[in-house]
Amino acid sequence: MASPEQYDLPPLARHRKFLDRRAVRRALPWLVVAAMFLFWELFVRAFGIQEFVLPAPSAIFASLWEWHEPILENAWQTLMTTLVGFGLAILIGGLGGVALGSSAVLYASFYPLLIGFNSVPKVAVIPILIIWFGIGTIPAIITAFLLAFFPILVNVATGIATVEPELRDVLRALGATKRQVIVKVGLPRAMPYFFASLKIAMTVAFVGSIVAETVAANKGIGYLMLVASSRFQVPLAFAGLIVTGVMGVGMYVACAAIERRMTGWATRSADDGVSFSA
Amino acid sequence: MSDFLELDRVSLKYTEDETALALYHTSFRVSRGEFIAVVGPSGCGKSTLMKVVTGLWPATAGTVKVANQVVNGPLSIVGMAFQNASLLPWRTALDNVMLPLEIVQPHASRLKKERAAYEAKARDLLALVGLKGSEQRYPWELSGGMQQRTQLCRALVHEPSLLMLDEPFGALDMFTREELWLALQDLWLANRPTVILVTHDLREAAFLADRVLVMSARPGRIVLDRKVTTPRPRTLENAYLPEMVELVHELREHITAARAKAA
Repeated sequence: MASPEQYDLPPLARHRKFLDRRAVRRALPWLVVAAMFLFWELFVRAFGIQEFVLPAPSAIFASLWEWHEPILENAWQTLMTTLVGFGLAILIGGLGGVALGSSAVLYASFYPLLIGFNSVPKVAVIPILIIWFGIGTIPAIITAFLLAFFPILVNVATGIATVEPELRDVLRALGATKRQVIVKVGLPRAMPYFFASLKIAMTVAFVGSIVAETVAANKGIGYLMLVASSRFQVPLAFAGLIVTGVMGVGMYVACAAIERRMTGWATRSADDGVSFSA
Repeated sequence: MSDFLELDRVSLKYTEDETALALYHTSFRVSRGEFIAVVGPSGCGKSTLMKVVTGLWPATAGTVKVANQVVNGPLSIVGMAFQNASLLPWRTALDNVMLPLEIVQPHASRLKKERAAYEAKARDLLALVGLKGSEQRYPWELSGGMQQRTQLCRALVHEPSLLMLDEPFGALDMFTREELWLALQDLWLANRPTVILVTHDLREAAFLADRVLVMSARPGRIVLDRKVTTPRPRTLENAYLPEMVELVHELREHITAARAKAA
């Protein structure tokens, strides 16, 4: 076989365009974020917008620093609440998805109910949760769970239910039991669907816990933002929003990293992806 | 030779509606170790026949017997391969081939203890179809032809007494297809399973089979049962010899007639 040198090809990497380089790709999201804050700062200053309407990023970061202790404490509370709700959603959504995905009867019977259930605005449920559990962490956990479990369930069910009929025949002709078909093919096949749903579920779990905190809690980022707004400390409220966004991105990146590790076979060339965690 | 597979006036309809008859009074016998090819116009119920023979679908009327047992549920000893390779993308070629061994008894319960021996066997099979060195590659790293070879190995690794092939080479180019005919012949000569090959390709049927069955248009039934006497092992030159070409023409005429009748 001829060795590569003999072909005298130009090294490919040098011919890559500037924007295609890995390091540049990694820096781009940060540049976009920085540009957004810069534009925001200039906009607020140029038009002389009042702080209680739209605070400038400099004011927000100043307040972030000033109040970092309560912010950290409340962010921790929100993070824990979200993770517990998210964990419950993985457990129940996952099990429910396996059950619905592997049984056509269960699927047909429960799916309409689940759709109806998912259509109910979860904010409307929070007052009921307060009646049942009082003000505190539990309504926030339940709201996070309620928002997050549906995408997980639907995705896992889809992954298991859409096993190729030919593959099913191959396995049945080998004498495989229904359980074996699910374990050998259904579950591994559902994994990409499952991890894709985790990214969605993670972000909506944050929405759930924070909305519940603004209504029915005395701790958490949602509560902090509510208190800040009621005292016209608008920069602090915005600081809360930014912290929430950062937590959301952080958890998303964590989910995406786990996804790539577990189901690399489904994406193949992760390097070319648009994922900003690469 | 004893009959291994026997279909006696088998009919099948998908629904209660009589017009949807897919098979009507289909009867034929296959000896143990025989290689049968089933050809026919498209939509004639060839694939349906496969499902009925393997017990995946129950016959509406008539009986299917395999090894003197009436089939009334999915057989658990059959190897199958399809046009679509349907390999598991999260498994390497070797692990895909090993899949049946994790399910079929007695292999499944022995697999843990005798993993090395079974793995050697799967590697031998892959080597036999020319995939030595590709054992640890994933399906997306294999060409279409290599995927089909892997699928054939998966269908044969548990040494099934019956191998059902539903247009396994349908999606491949002619050169790859001819190569795989030889690979399949080698696999068959090595283990001598009973094979039923459903195909659109008359040359493929003539080249590979001991007997070619021609099915009529829907509702399908056997209109010709033709022996192929060319000795084994056959080479690709055989495929272009006058007797083979004549046989292909003969099959073609029957299928044209069957299609004309349906129209």
